[in-house]
Amino acid sequence: MSSSNATYARKQIAGRGIPVTGNDIDTDRIIPARFLKEVTFANMGEHAFEDAKKANPEHPFNSPAYKGASVLVVGQNFGCGSSREHAPQALMRWGIRAIVGGSFGEIFFGNCVMLGIPCLRVSQADLEWLQKEISRSPQTPLSVDVEKQEVRFGDRVIKATVPDGPRNQLVNGQWDSTAVLLEAGDRIEATAKKLPYVSGY
Amino acid sequence: MARTLLDKVWEAHTVRTLPSGQTQLLIGLHLIHEVTTPQAFQMLKDAKLKVRMPERTFGTLDHIIPTTDQTRPYADPLAEEMAEHMFRNMKEFGLPLFDMATGKQGIVHVIGPELGLTQPGMTIACGDSHTATHGAVGAIAFGIGTTQVRDVLATQCLAMAKPKLRQVRVDGALAPGVYAKDVILWIINVLGVKGGVGYAYEYAGPVIDRMTMEERLTVCNMSIEGGARFGYVNPDQTTYDYLRGRQYAPQGAAFDRAVAQWKTVATEPGASFDDVKTIAGGSIEPVVTWGITPGMSVGVSQSIPTPESAPEDERPTYREALSHMDFKAGQPIKGAKIDVAFVGSCTNGRLSDLRAAAEVAKKGKVAKHVRALIVPGSQQVAKEAEAEGLHEIFRQAGFEWRKAGCSMCLGMNPDQLVGREMSASSSNRNFIGRQGSPTGRTLLMSPAMVAAAAITGAVADVREILR
Repeated sequence: MSSSNATYARKQIAGRGIPVTGNDIDTDRIIPARFLKEVTFANMGEHAFEDAKKANPEHPFNSPAYKGASVLVVGQNFGCGSSREHAPQALMRWGIRAIVGGSFGEIFFGNCVMLGIPCLRVSQADLEWLQKEISRSPQTPLSVDVEKQEVRFGDRVIKATVPDGPRNQLVNGQWDSTAVLLEAGDRIEATAKKLPYVSGY
Repeated sequence: MARTLLDKVWEAHTVRTLPSGQTQLLIGLHLIHEVTTPQAFQMLKDAKLKVRMPERTFGTLDHIIPTTDQTRPYADPLAEEMAEHMFRNMKEFGLPLFDMATGKQGIVHVIGPELGLTQPGMTIACGDSHTATHGAVGAIAFGIGTTQVRDVLATQCLAMAKPKLRQVRVDGALAPGVYAKDVILWIINVLGVKGGVGYAYEYAGPVIDRMTMEERLTVCNMSIEGGARFGYVNPDQTTYDYLRGRQYAPQGAAFDRAVAQWKTVATEPGASFDDVKTIAGGSIEPVVTWGITPGMSVGVSQSIPTPESAPEDERPTYREALSHMDFKAGQPIKGAKIDVAFVGSCTNGRLSDLRAAAEVAKKGKVAKHVRALIVPGSQQVAKEAEAEGLHEIFRQAGFEWRKAGCSMCLGMNPDQLVGREMSASSSNRNFIGRQGSPTGRTLLMSPAMVAAAAITGAVADVREILR
């Protein structure tokens, strides 16, 4: 748990890409509910896309070509559905450090921020190009720059967006929010006391 | 300037603006359950932090509990371990737990309103995306992840950005045999599963105004399926009548003072919205999903659409859906054979849902090849249903009458689809694998439509059965 801190800053992430195509990939698909019956997140990485991997031998998470990849490239509305943090936990423990996509389910996006995983939005044309190029050349370096809101694949730089709030949190290393929230001190109780349902009708 | 409920509740709960530009938002009610909290409690222990406002935190057990034999230890050792952690954590941090022995256990989104914990003008958070349900009473209620559960436990606050606000109006009147579930499924069909991303939904218009509280709970429940993190209905007389006398609602003269305050929370006439969408209530018919997202639905008299009828970037998902469901484009949804019928969940596990299903169950017997489950949303719902004899109606018709829990909505307990089974379900998600089998299939519909499918053995039009 930290406040502003250089080790927590998520300005740039460099690695290789892994594409998962398709829209509306929900968090049940990322990690089915029957694997949530654990009291820690420690084993979640083993179950990332487990059913999808079994159903499809060609699933990128099965492919040795993408072993060690750290930037996931997805379609529209990725991570919709259940609020389970097990989904980003599973991806993170598998090795994902940043996600590039068309759009994201909001709770999933927020959960990713809480874990220091930036989610960057790019246009439909750019994400299709990225997915195609990565599958053609999985070893080509892929990096994201959260501060500049850019994705770099090989020589090409693609414009991306991260909303101001989460971007500031990630870049300034303030995504692990408990300490930041605690800094409000007794203003928390003061706000509560002004609410009629807290102070009594 | 006229203000919205969202403006007013947001402002009243703003502790400060954070360096990131987000709002530090006070959470007035924190609801917790066994699946998304053990890790949060461990993080709290590791950081040597206490629960900031234990009196504003309530827990229940719902996701993993069996609906047959609920005596502990549970047969599933993993479920037992989760329950054990829940009991231990609640005790260690001094938090109330609505367990089986209290008679108040149930799905977290059923018991919150039922106990009167959920009140107008509140901010409510829970580690569950269907927290939007509580917006039906005029609260700002949303789902959060486990690390955010830790934040609420430790600070009673969240770092949040205020969303844009869209008013979703449902005009006209609903036809007979059309239920709240059909309304929300149709809203999602029209606005899309990602249409609400970045927005909160204010549900309004004559159809919403005339709805009972339980119907509004069903509508708000599936806001998240439409991409909106939360949705609400402005509090009105229906809200006050519903809350009066409930255990955690203000009592006596305090209740009247509360109503006076709640009236000030509602959106003011002339307030402006970032967007307004209108749905014609009279054009809605019973809705059934045919695909793998809650937006892939048709009226029961219609046929499954072709991928070519969808926008180009949606077509691959359509093809995947047809292949997973083993449906052909152009095939009528009516008559699609089912194997399992499930009435329950935080969407449709309340007394009025069971009554609607029982009305249909009286008309026949569960088809021989169908396994049919009725799972009340809470112990109180079960008790009230039994007092009316609904359990007997269901049993006589061949339905299993179960104990309260989340059950087959997500299959974290033994209630799961097997193999390729096709389920007619009153729950909220038809995602691949959602009901416990990686290859299982789900058709979402209203409780009455589920009962109709159960006795027909296939998707049926409940209006023809009730006629």
